[in-house]
Formats: sequence, structure tokens, C-alpha cells
Amino acid sequence: MPPTLRPLMLAAALLAAGSAALAQDATTLRARSLAASCAQCHGTDGHTPPGSAMRPLAGMAAPYLTEQLLAFRSGERPGSVMPQLAKGYSEQQIAQLAAYFAGVPAASTP
Amino acid sequence: MRRRTLLKLAGATGLGLTGCATTSSPNTVGAPERARVLVVGGGYGGATAAKYLRLLSQDKIDVVLVEPDAAFVSCPLSNLVLGGYRAMTDITRPYDTLGARHGVRVVGDAVASIDATRRVAVLAGGGTIRYDKLVLSPGVEMIWDSVAGLRAANQQGRILQAWKAGPETVALRRQLEAMPNGGVFAIAIPEAPYRCPPGPYERASLVAAYFKAAKPRSKVLILDANEDVTSKGALFKKAWAESYKGLLEYQPQSKAIGVDAATNTLKFEIQDDVRADVLNVLPPMRAGAIAVQTGLANSNARWCNVHWLNFESTAAKDIHVIGDSIQIASQMPKSGHMANSQAKVCAAAIVAELNGWEIDPAPLLSNTCYSFVDDKRAVHVASIHAYTAAHKTFEPVAGASGLSSAPNELEAALAFSWARSIWADTLG
Repeated sequence: MPPTLRPLMLAAALLAAGSAALAQDATTLRARSLAASCAQCHGTDGHTPPGSAMRPLAGMAAPYLTEQLLAFRSGERPGSVMPQLAKGYSEQQIAQLAAYFAGVPAASTP
Repeated sequence: MRRRTLLKLAGATGLGLTGCATTSSPNTVGAPERARVLVVGGGYGGATAAKYLRLLSQDKIDVVLVEPDAAFVSCPLSNLVLGGYRAMTDITRPYDTLGARHGVRVVGDAVASIDATRRVAVLAGGGTIRYDKLVLSPGVEMIWDSVAGLRAANQQGRILQAWKAGPETVALRRQLEAMPNGGVFAIAIPEAPYRCPPGPYERASLVAAYFKAAKPRSKVLILDANEDVTSKGALFKKAWAESYKGLLEYQPQSKAIGVDAATNTLKFEIQDDVRADVLNVLPPMRAGAIAVQTGLANSNARWCNVHWLNFESTAAKDIHVIGDSIQIASQMPKSGHMANSQAKVCAAAIVAELNGWEIDPAPLLSNTCYSFVDDKRAVHVASIHAYTAAHKTFEPVAGASGLSSAPNELEAALAFSWARSIWADTLG
């Protein structure tokens, strides 16, 4: 991406996310911090590197992500690490994660 | 060149790096915008802390990262280099992106001393850096003298640790390549806690995989000071029994207390001496030297106790310690992933504090760790750790941890994806 596009992207992100992703107060800081516990595998703000075997979470619809995390948590959906890690998040935290990632624009380039 | 000028300027003015023209964010007046956080150590913990301090503060905090190495070299995956399956370039990443994308000022130097009262760090190169908050992520230091003769043998390049990935990783690989078919590679493991609990067993497995293919009459000997394999034990033992029978031998309760570099011999507290063609001795470890020197290693004079909500040292105000240097909580591994997790909780707490907000009272840490058992198959351990107010510490969440059911190829692919993701999350 050309450097001049970055502010545009940022603005788009702000617009798309409303206050969810980037505006700064104690609540959004906590939401972003919680979401950062996924970033080691799913990338910063849910953007995985190109070609990654991990699913990018950025822009994923909140109901879908909630459903999948709950399915991992209950054991309904099989997997490698996710059935184990999902059990560490409360329903409220899962809702926060889903809302956060839904508010982050999906990457425009793969 | 630019760094040198910057430091020279700093030294000459006596102002440290304050107000330096090379900063990528203006030093605007007024708290918290002009608050400066100095991060010491650019590994998984420190680099993540630097990046997330910028991200979470929306670039309002001035962040300086001091790291002597020119590039980030990953310990995770470095055992694949020893096995001959990857090159150093595959596990090396630049620090440039921290500056270019996030406005972190990366200073290529080491911190020689810290004045916690005046909140000033003195650099080995002579400059000084004033800070409002300090994040120390200095990793581990080898306690060389706990194994007699090891310090000198290491300095001579005869007996390597290669536990900090870098030149020793390359040197140990060369020793393995030079070893004749029929030779013995012995790895000595210290008592836990040490950096990367499953790392020594992964290393032994990958060296065995290399021997099996290239030098099948050779032998791998694991001499473990612990009572049993400290991590992923059943999975490693399964792989050893299936793939390396007769080639790899595991000996628990074998505490190395000395080496004889002239004969490549390892001496034990109880057992007979062991001679090997290639000796890889991991001595006991403690918090990085700068943490010990600053008086922060207040747990057994080895590790740093922290307040778990913000990772502030229990020994010094405004100094936060993360990563392998801290006294771990229950079942908390000293891993790169965990250091990255701790860095984020620490960064969020510092941002909250500098904004005058309440610190998150219920933070959470994640850990996922992959180990290779050969060049094609890996295993994992994963866990979530939540802060519990009742005990004022992190505890593993019941049920939220687990292992692979068996070594498998899918998780080898996932391990490479994990590495690329966490490197980008830490540095990119």
C-alpha cells in the first residue's frame, strides 16, 4: 500500500468502526486489550499475514464469530488449540471480542 | 550512523534523547501526551510492549526501545536451524517496522544502569534516557558458575548453550555437522524454571531427526536435572519411542554440576561422568542482568516479583518487568507467546494509568506453544490464564488448557503460521 493511502485507510477504519475500535476511553482500551490476546495467532487487530493458516478475524460478522467461539467452547466444533483456549473466555468476553473484530475493517489486500 | 549521531547529541546536551529531532511523533507538551516509556530489551516481550504502548495510546506516548542486537532472532523455531531444516534468515526479522509503522524510537545500544529514583537509564554507549515509566524485558541470564568450568568452556566456544538464538545457534549446528557418524550429542537440562520448558526436548528430537537421516549410528543423550520431562512429556515420549528408539536416550534426575572442556565430559551430582562428542549444556537461569543489577530480582535472588495487574516490580516504582525475567505464577510458562501476552496487559495498564483511568481489574493472558518432534510433525500446549482478585495473581482457567492428542503434520503447518503471526504482532 502506498504510504499516502494509510491515513485514508485509518479514516475508513474510524468510520467503519465508529467508536468501537479506535476511540480512546477506558472501555475501548480494555476491549482492544482483550482482543490482543488473539493477535499472536490471528494477527494484530485480526489481520493475519498473507498465506497464514489462521483465520483473519478482522471484519468477521459478530454473530458468526460469537457462534463459532461458543461452539469451540462447548466442544461442538473440533479444532486444535481453539477448543481449549475458547474455554478461557466468558460469554461476555466472547461478545466483546466479536463486537471488536466486527468493527475492524477486513484487510483490503490479501 | 544515525544512531551514533543521536546518542552523541544526547551525550553532548545531557538531555538524553528528549526532544531529539529524529522522533517520528512530536513531543507535545502536557500529560499524558509527552509521557515517555522506555522499553529495555527487544525480544517477544519488549518489542510487543513498545508496539502496543503506541497502538493502545494512539501514539500519544513517546516510546523508546533499547536493544543491542541489530535484528530480532526468534528462539521459537531455532531448533529447526539446529536440525538443518531452516536457516537463520528464516527466524530473523528486522526492527525497522517498529519505527516506520509505529513511531517507536529504536536505539541500538544496551542499558548499563538504571537510576530508579531519578528515572534515568544510562546507556552502555554513554547516552542517558529519562523516562516516566520503564518496561524491562531483559530475558534470562545464564548462571554460568553453577556448572563448574562452563563459563570458560563457553567463552572458548567449546561448550555452547544456543539458548539465546543467534551466533551460538549457528556454531552448535556446525558442531553437529562436524560430528562423525557414531558420535554422541548430549544435552543437559537445568532444574525448572528455565526459559522455554519444552525447548530442550524439542531440540533433542530435532537433532535425533537429523542423525536418523544423516548419521544413523549416532546417539542423542538427554540429561535432565528434573524428575521427568517438564512439558508435553507424554507427547515427546511417544515420538521418541516411535521414531528414535535406540537413537535417543532420556535420563531424568541427572543434575550437571561441572564440565571438563578438554575431554568434553559432563560431571553430575550423583551419576558417573558422561563424555560426548557434542555437549550442549543449559545452566540454571535467572532474570536478565540489568534486572538483577537494579535490585529487582527479589524472588530467591533469581526472578522478579511483580504486581500482576500492571507488571510493576514489587521492588521499584514505575519499573515494570515482563517476560522470562519474572517470578512466574502457577503453571505460567516462560515462553515467547506468554511474554507477548504479558507485554499487552502491561502496556494497557500503563496507558490506563497515564490517562488517569482505572486499570483493567480482570486481565487475561493466553499461551500457545508448538514443539516439533521431527521436521514434519509438531505438538502443542495451550492455556488461558485469568487474573483472580481473590489471590491477586494469574491462575490457569479451569478446563481452558490442553495438549495435542498426538504428534501431527497439521500442527507443524500451524506452528509456522503461528510464528509469522506472532512476529508480525510483535514487530510489524
